[in-house]
Amino acid sequence: MPLITTLANASTRGYGGLRAGAVSFDSEFESIATVTVGSGGQSTVTFSSIPSGFTHLQIRGILRNTAGTAGSLDLFMNFNSDTSTNYRAYKQIGGTGSGGGFAAASGTSTAATNKIAPAAFADDGNTASIYNGWICDILDYRNTNKYKVTRTLTGQDFNGSGAIRFFSGLWMSTSAITSIDLTVEGGNNFKQYTQFALYGIKG
Amino acid sequence: MAAGMTYFPIATNTLGSATSSVTFSSISGSYTDLSIVINSGSTASGQDIRCRFNSDTGSNYSFTYLTGNGSAASSNRATSQTFMPLDYNGYLSGSIATTTIINCMNYSNSTTYKTILGRFSTTAFGTDAAVGLWRSTSAITSIEFLTSASTFLAGSTFTLYGIAAA
Repeated sequence: MPLITTLANASTRGYGGLRAGAVSFDSEFESIATVTVGSGGQSTVTFSSIPSGFTHLQIRGILRNTAGTAGSLDLFMNFNSDTSTNYRAYKQIGGTGSGGGFAAASGTSTAATNKIAPAAFADDGNTASIYNGWICDILDYRNTNKYKVTRTLTGQDFNGSGAIRFFSGLWMSTSAITSIDLTVEGGNNFKQYTQFALYGIKG
Repeated sequence: MAAGMTYFPIATNTLGSATSSVTFSSISGSYTDLSIVINSGSTASGQDIRCRFNSDTGSNYSFTYLTGNGSAASSNRATSQTFMPLDYNGYLSGSIATTTIINCMNYSNSTTYKTILGRFSTTAFGTDAAVGLWRSTSAITSIEFLTSASTFLAGSTFTLYGIAAA
């Protein structure tokens, strides 16, 4: 991540304002690919042929689906097209805007399952134009000696309802991750303007 | 897949004297997300840190958070606010000891309302995670930070990053 040297006794210091003129301090955080869902919606978003030149991956995005269930559907994630029961132990803590944080003490977990579910997200049963914010880190993704762990921060606010959530996920494989599939529970579509941007982080 | 330079520091502001508000203006729409990192304190302890987008003072902001203060976790929300709250327990102390990190997702599109994800912490009071909503489809071109009833301490730092996508 870039480091900034701040100025004593200074007001705002610009680094170019416009992207073309901005100073890039390093290339440790690089854009790999971006998918923006078009007008017809999209059932699956796939990042394939992911390069191995990084240490970690991060996916950042906004997301909404076309179901009318008001926020109860999950986002699913699979690696390398593996749909066997090699995933488990996703847990979440978070808050839904009232009382104690839900599951704040213990979270929830699953037995072996066939995907990671790193979000429950906005859909067409919710107020129009509202999308989840979503940031997912996939750690040490190319390591062939370790199972792969993900961590996610996501949330949606509907001005009176919504939630902020943390998730972790595990893929019990030592294979390097070379592709990622993102789908919506129940075979629903991602809504138009949903966007996933994949970045590589060098170590 | 093509890889490219992505994470750009756009501007930073280190306060030379106590200041009531800090504004990043004329923000380029050339990035996909914005990230703002703030290390700050206030001249009066216990003040909230807030922000507004595009000088919008309408009741268009809301916020849902998860918070902990060292002994209990809880969750709550604020609706139809005239500003975006950026803390609950992670509020400003009388020294520069509060860290605020905000991610403005897809800030430059003119189609969706804008969602932010934030983490706020102060060792003296607690830590928060939050999602905020600005009910506007306008691209974010300026962000103003202010406190509830005080001024930011001299030495507080505000840094704006742009994150570009392929």
